[in-house]
Amino acid sequence: MKSTPTPAFDPVLDPNSDAGTSRDAIGLGQVAGKGLNTLHGTILTLEDISVSFDGFKALNDLNLYIRVGELRCIIGPNGAGKTTLMDVITGKTRPSHGKAWFGETLDLTKMSEVQIAQAGIGRKFQKPTVFEALSVFENLELAQKTDKSVWASLRAKLNGEQRDRIDEVLETIRLSASMSRLAGLLSHGQKQFLEIGMLLVQDPQLLLLDEPVAGMTDAETEFTAELFKSLAGKHSLMVVEHDMGFVGSIADHVTVLHQGSVLAEGSLEDVQADERVIEVYLGR
Amino acid sequence: MNQPLMVTAAQRAGTQVTVAVGVVILALLIALPLLSLLPESNSLQVSAYTLTLVGKILCYAIVALALDLVWGYAGLLSLGHGLFFALGGYAMGMYLMREASGDGLPAFMTFLSWTELPWYWVGTQHFLWAMCLVVLAPGLLALVFGFFAFRSRIKGVYFSIMTQALTFAGMLLFFRNETGFGGNNGFTNFRSILGFSITSQGTRAVLFLLTVALLAGSLFVGWRLARSKFGRVLTAVRDAENRLMFCGYDPRGFKLFVWVLSAVLCGLAGALYVPQVGIINPSEMSPTNSIEAAVWVALGGRGTLIGPLLGAGLVNGMKSWFTVAFPEYWLFFLGALFIVVTLYLPKGVIGLIKKRGEQ
Ligand SMILES: Nc1ncnc2c1ncn2[C@@H]1O[C@H](COP(=O)(O)OP(=O)(O)OP(=O)(O)O)[C@@H](O)[C@H]1O
Ligand SMILES: [Mg+2]
Repeated sequence: MKSTPTPAFDPVLDPNSDAGTSRDAIGLGQVAGKGLNTLHGTILTLEDISVSFDGFKALNDLNLYIRVGELRCIIGPNGAGKTTLMDVITGKTRPSHGKAWFGETLDLTKMSEVQIAQAGIGRKFQKPTVFEALSVFENLELAQKTDKSVWASLRAKLNGEQRDRIDEVLETIRLSASMSRLAGLLSHGQKQFLEIGMLLVQDPQLLLLDEPVAGMTDAETEFTAELFKSLAGKHSLMVVEHDMGFVGSIADHVTVLHQGSVLAEGSLEDVQADERVIEVYLGR
Repeated sequence: MNQPLMVTAAQRAGTQVTVAVGVVILALLIALPLLSLLPESNSLQVSAYTLTLVGKILCYAIVALALDLVWGYAGLLSLGHGLFFALGGYAMGMYLMREASGDGLPAFMTFLSWTELPWYWVGTQHFLWAMCLVVLAPGLLALVFGFFAFRSRIKGVYFSIMTQALTFAGMLLFFRNETGFGGNNGFTNFRSILGFSITSQGTRAVLFLLTVALLAGSLFVGWRLARSKFGRVLTAVRDAENRLMFCGYDPRGFKLFVWVLSAVLCGLAGALYVPQVGIINPSEMSPTNSIEAAVWVALGGRGTLIGPLLGAGLVNGMKSWFTVAFPEYWLFFLGALFIVVTLYLPKGVIGLIKKRGEQ
């Protein structure tokens, strides 16, 4: 994988390093402006993104735009590059070329995972990952939007407002009764919900959700669909899912990924009627 | 290990027992040096040998606690903590050597027919500067090493091997006479500290009490850390570092903080160890010493605050008995102990006690 060289000076020791405000001050200077700016209504811009693993192109000149407040579903067969796409957006994988902008001003290809998260992109992983040795409540406490520097963590104490917010989210994800249980003891579906809850308290502008309803019952899936629909508008969501029923119930706009690039885009009916899409799904 | 929000009655009872036991042990530790001041004819008198032995074990207990902060909480297994301990010890030793040699050069330098002090010895005749060195030498080394290691995201076995290599390199460096730290003999034949004779009962008692205070202080710091959000972030670093980054935390700063803190605690322990034991030499940096420290923590129970203290006490208590009774078998026994703990006591002795308590 060809990667962009990391800046010579990493703001590791700067406890106040938050994306968009301090980056210029510490001399990285690659970011044009400060903070998230979505003046033209586009929250995420991906252009000509390519990622290759030892010559294998997981993403191939991919173009994707997501508008503010949109709920976008990404579908595609296994290995289409959906997870890799999220890796690129969150800074886990660097594209070999292409542009990735968060809002108008933040260049995702130049930011670290931490900076991207602090700038307002939250992610739920395909395999649910929670902090197993911590309680459900503590998982939410860590994820909650606040100053996440070393010094702040040393003296942090939850205030009433933060506690209320966590209680509210616990209610939403239906884990109030298990709030002091260790997260490692939760069922697969409960972990999925906990991770979604962690995203909610993190309060990002853009939420990336990788197969959020895998392992959930029908009722839970339906509930999640409602939850996501209620989030859209205030937040922008990008949901990867194989469950077409779920996709149909939430998305008005669907992108089909195939072999690392966009095959089709449009409403679910439109893309399902698209011959190339049918071929990809049936010819698999 | 973590403080659940709702503490059950059973846990609360457990805490009370722990506190009670802690208070009793603390009282004993304070009584011990006082009893050592009694005249030898008194049957309650504690011998200098016993006092030194217990003091030494207390220093090791501080190392175990410091190691547990990085290993048990943050998941960074250091096999080089002996280096930080030895550096603190050497810094104290420099002062003691200057104190012993008065205006002249320390004896080993005269022996090498050196005529002036190397630059890094400047100011070491002042106790305060030596105390600064006790903190700075291990602290700065840990800061620089940690900065690069964590920036390059070195973890797991690689991290352990690097720390082991670091202490080994330190040992080789200090073995050389040219390094200016007394070569393989190290420092010994101390006379006084701040003008007080190093072998007098009073000095020994004060050093012992200081060690108890440092242990209690370290325990308090560890307890505060473990209960803070910082402690929970460390647990998250240990279990799912990537997830933590996507939550917006930079793990490097957290690791660096606890790593440097741990190194400084070891340095302070080393500084108290040297005047009590009366010698410091490069063998303190030998890789086996650092590995042994990891055994204390594993045996006691990592990720707890009491476990490492228990482990250090048990292993060293057994060691001092073994090395008198059957010296040649100690290392075999230590190896066997490690295997048994790994196989049957993954949570250490503390885990066993807790399990008993729950039943
Ligand atoms: N780190 C990696 N090294 C090598 N190849 C990789 C790596 N990560 C992903 N790939 C490859 O890239 C391709 C796309 O993977 P990706 O995980 O993005 O697929 P996906 O669309 O998420 O699939 P699924 O629906 O099964 O989750 C796959 O062929 C995968 O094998
Ligand atoms: Mg995937």
